[in-house]
Amino acid sequence: MNKPLRRIALFCGFLILTLLIRDNWLQYVKADTLKTDTKNRRISIERYATPRGNIIVDGKAITGSVATEGTDFKYKRTWKDGEMWAPVTGYASQAVGATQLENLEDGILTGNDDRLFFRNTLDMVTGKKKEGGQVVTTLNAAAQKAAFEGLGNKKGAVAAIDPSTGAILALASTPSYDPGTFAGISSKDGETFTKLDKNKDKPMLNRALRETYPPGSTFKVVTAAAALENGKVNGIDERTDTPDPYRLPQSTYDLTNEHGACENATLRDALEVSCNTVFANLSDQVGNEKMIEQADKFGFNEAELDIPVRAAESVYPKDNRPQNALSGIGQASTRATPLQMAMVSSAIANGGKLMKPYMVDQLRASNLDTIETHEPEELSQAVSGETAQALQGMMETVVKTGTGTKAQIPGATVGGKTGTAQHGLKNSEKPYAWFISYAKLSDGSSPVAVAVVVEDGSANRDDISGGGLAAPIARDVMKAVIDSKK
Amino acid sequence: MSSTTNSPTHHTSTIGAIGAPSRRNTELMLLVFAVAIPVFAYANVGLAINDEVPTGLLGYGLGLGLLAGVGHLVVRRFAPYSDPLMLPLATLLNGLGLVVIWRLDQSERLQLSSTYVEASPRQLLNSAIGVALFVVVVIFLKDHRVLQRYTYISMVTALVLLLLPLVPGLGANIFGAKIWIRIPGLGTIQPGEFAKIVIVVFFAGYLMVKRDALALASRRFMGLYLPRGRDLGPILIVWAVSILILVFETDLGTSLLFFGMFVIMLYVATERTSWIVFGLLMSAAGAVGVASFQPHVQQRVQAWLDPMKEYQLSQQGIIGHSEQSMEALWAFGSGGTLGTGLGQGNSDLIGFAANSDFILATFGEELGLAGVMAILLLFGLIVERGIRTALAARDPFGKLLAAGLSGAFALQVFVVAGGVLGLIPLTGMTLPFVAYGGSSVIANWALIGILLRISDTARRPAPTPAANPDAEMTQVVRP
Repeated sequence: MNKPLRRIALFCGFLILTLLIRDNWLQYVKADTLKTDTKNRRISIERYATPRGNIIVDGKAITGSVATEGTDFKYKRTWKDGEMWAPVTGYASQAVGATQLENLEDGILTGNDDRLFFRNTLDMVTGKKKEGGQVVTTLNAAAQKAAFEGLGNKKGAVAAIDPSTGAILALASTPSYDPGTFAGISSKDGETFTKLDKNKDKPMLNRALRETYPPGSTFKVVTAAAALENGKVNGIDERTDTPDPYRLPQSTYDLTNEHGACENATLRDALEVSCNTVFANLSDQVGNEKMIEQADKFGFNEAELDIPVRAAESVYPKDNRPQNALSGIGQASTRATPLQMAMVSSAIANGGKLMKPYMVDQLRASNLDTIETHEPEELSQAVSGETAQALQGMMETVVKTGTGTKAQIPGATVGGKTGTAQHGLKNSEKPYAWFISYAKLSDGSSPVAVAVVVEDGSANRDDISGGGLAAPIARDVMKAVIDSKK
Repeated sequence: MSSTTNSPTHHTSTIGAIGAPSRRNTELMLLVFAVAIPVFAYANVGLAINDEVPTGLLGYGLGLGLLAGVGHLVVRRFAPYSDPLMLPLATLLNGLGLVVIWRLDQSERLQLSSTYVEASPRQLLNSAIGVALFVVVVIFLKDHRVLQRYTYISMVTALVLLLLPLVPGLGANIFGAKIWIRIPGLGTIQPGEFAKIVIVVFFAGYLMVKRDALALASRRFMGLYLPRGRDLGPILIVWAVSILILVFETDLGTSLLFFGMFVIMLYVATERTSWIVFGLLMSAAGAVGVASFQPHVQQRVQAWLDPMKEYQLSQQGIIGHSEQSMEALWAFGSGGTLGTGLGQGNSDLIGFAANSDFILATFGEELGLAGVMAILLLFGLIVERGIRTALAARDPFGKLLAAGLSGAFALQVFVVAGGVLGLIPLTGMTLPFVAYGGSSVIANWALIGILLRISDTARRPAPTPAANPDAEMTQVVRP
């Protein structure tokens, strides 16, 4: 009987071996997948096991934590001025998970980041409780407040950047939501979230980063840049050869202007009164390929712009001649996020150099040791220094005497461009009011560039214009930044 | 270290050598570790959860040490040549099981549940009863061949035990499986655990008598020896009983265990591969047949194939679905290679049965891959020592008995651990020694007792020829 017994011994060994292999598969090969599965409750348990680290603006925490009664989650996230900061922080809810900064920097905020491993091990030895680290943002509290209050009850968004570094100073979106209202795990939290999620005004949409709009006339700045860079105009004060109305190429459609003298207008005059004909014509002369090239240099058509929250892709499309001409005035299929248009403005203010936008300046351990500091990074040389000077000159004229006079700030030079973008079937819906601008101080430095979009400000569509609705908000944001520098 | 008296050769051959060392001191050394490791683990849990050495540590350590000590002394006195590994292995597994059960008792999450009972004191009591039964077996079962006399009584007893849960008023349907009986004042018992041992006794006795008929009277067909129709009778009966268990008690595990055990013993007895083929075919047919109309079995298979879907269905509050399988997988995954450390995981998310059917998941999360592999290897060692005992045994009944008990143990470990690890569909069985459950602990201690008795008989120095010339003759003749 010994021969079958030896085989049975082998068989039993094989059974155990199978179990060992399966266990290795689960706990080694699949371990990370299982561990990071969003449905795995341990992730939220860990996230709320200790007071969560804070997100910092101007040296002050805009978030907090309170102890809760539950067995699973010891602490709950709180926000100060949640509605104002929600587009920056995102939410961290026990019921529905976390998004944006709260999600992306979760490792630092919970203290579980690999870079904290050594410190945590040391703390374990010394018997200290693990604490979350801090995320220090680049935001400017005064500018954010100006942006949020400026938007008020209107639907819209503001993005402000420091042109010399790319640091984001303001990122507002309205209507907003208070992430504190559903931070817990109760059924009430869940209901609040569902209600917000289903709200047709989309309060949880981060319009500044994640919504693309037709940029309208603000895009004419990019077309002007392309025309100058490609030598289609000799100077901003040289007359162009533009009929009024302008018939779109390969089409029978005549493009007209809202305001006065656009026939053969100079680039400066055309931007001042926002001539559609001049820029559509220039866009056609530059051609689709070169237009795309210029737009790309400003950051368009980039699907993976992470600041570190990912921004939606702004698009300047490959298209036929008539469509390309229309795209050159920010209509047709051109789409841009408010952040994208702020980048355009910031590159012009920064002598043509586009800096990569970012909103996390530093990651710190709980004892305030710096773990990582963001170094400003150049994204591209969008236009030459000369072209940037020329564009600045034109944009400053717009604010001095053109459509953007409401953006003037005493003691600073402001350059800007208004936009009133048509949309909807046959332009039936209320247009979007745009304003992009930058401010320059007497020493020539430019501390802020901003883009504002207001979706529908008032009931009367004739009142909606970039100059009237958006420019004052941009002015207040820029002023807040300048004042805080003093 | 070993109490070598008259033999300088330390390696024992398959057949117990004359004058083999008793190895009792080795056992004692190993027992010291088998008690110390769980005691440290116990302290570890207390420190992790409450930041202090648990107050019960002394009591626990003394309790486990006492059980191990009594076991050792009894073995030293009554079965001096028995296998030195099995008692320490069983003690270690039992001790670690107690620690993890106590750790799960501390879980706030489980304490809020309506089914919460403080399980560790009961399990300590069960372990004491188990060791007591072990002692009784070692003392009073002087020779395992005595059991051969009870072959047919064993059969009847096993059938009665297996069918008890179906008796109205006695059986208790707990979460889909009807494998418990409820005795007022004593709680619930799982008679299947005891039936497992009794039925091995029956199989061993029966096969020892019939092995020649089963092995030799057969026709050769396509390279296989086909048994005669009438010899198929018993295998068909066992098959039918295991199918009945599956259908009426909806207990996949026990059914698989009994049938697998029978096939293993049949193969050992007859040395015929054809029986394995038959066994596999019949169990496949039975399983597919039953699964086609038994919703409980179907659902277990569905849950195994797609645990995530099962999890979502249970989250939607659909009755009859359970999130446990998925929670167990998450527990294993979250433990990773080294685990979170005892007391620091969240395996209590499994909820109900976290300390019984799913206890391996807690090992997985808190001791990691390393811990689970160690536990599985401990089980593997018990099984292989058991089969080694079968190899060493000098009588066919002892060989069959040891092979059957070891095989049953191996199958049970495979079925339970495989189910929790998601390797095979989940069945309602408990991990021997480790999981919370009185019947299981008590029955498995008895099982170890019988194996020790067989190994003691096998390794005991052979009687002198003068004392029993007939026996010696028999030994010589046997190949």
